[in-house]
Amino acid sequence: MFEFAEAFKLALNLVLSFDSNLLEIVFLSLKVSLIALVIACIIGFSLGSLLASNKFFGRGFILIIINSFMALPPVVVGLVVYMLLSKSGPLGWMNLLYTPSAMILAQSIIITPIVLALSRQVIEDLENEYADFFKSLNMSKFQIIKTLLWDARYSLITVSLAGFGRGIAEVGAVIIVGGNINHFTRVMTTSIALETSMGNLPFALALGIILLLISLSVNALVMALNLTSKRYAFA
Amino acid sequence: MHLPKIKKIFESLQLKVDDNFLPIVLKNLTFSIDEKKILSRLNLSIKSSLITVIMGPNGAGKSILLKLINGILEPSSGAILWNGNKITSDLKRKQALIFQKPILLRRSVISNLDFIEGLTGKSYNFIKDDLLSLVGLLDQKKQPAKLLSLGEQQRLSLVRSLLLKPSLILLDEPTANLDPATTNIIENIIVTSKQFGIKIIFVTHNILQAKRLADEVVFIDNGELVEHSNADNFFSKPKSKIVKNYLEGKL
Repeated sequence: MFEFAEAFKLALNLVLSFDSNLLEIVFLSLKVSLIALVIACIIGFSLGSLLASNKFFGRGFILIIINSFMALPPVVVGLVVYMLLSKSGPLGWMNLLYTPSAMILAQSIIITPIVLALSRQVIEDLENEYADFFKSLNMSKFQIIKTLLWDARYSLITVSLAGFGRGIAEVGAVIIVGGNINHFTRVMTTSIALETSMGNLPFALALGIILLLISLSVNALVMALNLTSKRYAFA
Repeated sequence: MHLPKIKKIFESLQLKVDDNFLPIVLKNLTFSIDEKKILSRLNLSIKSSLITVIMGPNGAGKSILLKLINGILEPSSGAILWNGNKITSDLKRKQALIFQKPILLRRSVISNLDFIEGLTGKSYNFIKDDLLSLVGLLDQKKQPAKLLSLGEQQRLSLVRSLLLKPSLILLDEPTANLDPATTNIIENIIVTSKQFGIKIIFVTHNILQAKRLADEVVFIDNGELVEHSNADNFFSKPKSKIVKNYLEGKL
């Protein structure tokens, strides 16, 4: 118990003194996950709205695949990306292994199915609500998708925050493709794993506190968005 | 009391109504869902630029017929001809459909009107406040449309459709479950639309309302056409027993 209290005290000191090592790791984590999220949103929202507003043969099969990919094990994604980016792999010539770019790629693969599947559901529900109105106005596909994306924006932001939460907390993939290199590819989760195994509990705990604070902030933001959308009856 | 106000708004809208899409001819129109026939070989010609009321008991296929005319649904067999031609996107743009359960966007009241501006590329800033004032929604223009009462939503849906400058308005039980004041506003808009040459086709269960508004009545039962006659004859000398029973409240 004493050890835990001592570690917690040291951790708080690190956080409150804006320790440069700590900040570097936090900023890299945020950078990797945010860029991965932007990529996931561009792909997820586009494909999600296309899937929501088009009925075609094999659509059900595609939905099953996407929904299953929501639970992709990060270590498996890490392994596949590693094989792709390693020297003997098809993308080895890009020299991306053990770089933040490889970590962004791995996290994008993990987040995209989540953003895609959830945004497809959100947009499809709204499309069902508006369908007859759109048809009566003889709207083009482009006009329909534009309207749906705008009217579902609060729900879509919530979806993207869910994706961000998954990315920032992920450890398996980034440790495989990033290599946890100090001052280069070390992020919060990989650092927590390393520092814990080395017995440097205060540093691991400090990162854990920040990770929890980020998680809490994301959840608070989701709740605030839900309240806002309800207030404006967008939900 | 709303009539002069409505007329002024219609004049400001500068409606260019044409009726060259008439007659609307239904040829052996059949619509089925999973082998079940909802409408069966319906033959009908709607000619005049007047108010056509579609009546019939629940499940007769009235709303489906309205959606088929609007082009939301495709017939299983048969056809709908507009002055001899199949429906075109140009013809679709001349119509406005008012649903029994209003479909409003998850936006503010005024944004629901703005949406039509964006769609048509025309500015209606000069008339939007007047339209909202007409239906008693000016004070709520910044409120979410979804939080309005059912009657208010229906009023908003109707004035929103006027921005489409339609030549044909289709209404699916637009005053069902609404209070008399709202019903009165909606009926006044319908009457004024007719005066400006807009063709009206609407579905109602309300016999008194049909008597007040209808120029001709189409009565369907079990997906089949039972009667199509002018309103006076329909209400005073119904030809079929089904219609007699319906008008006497037995059906």
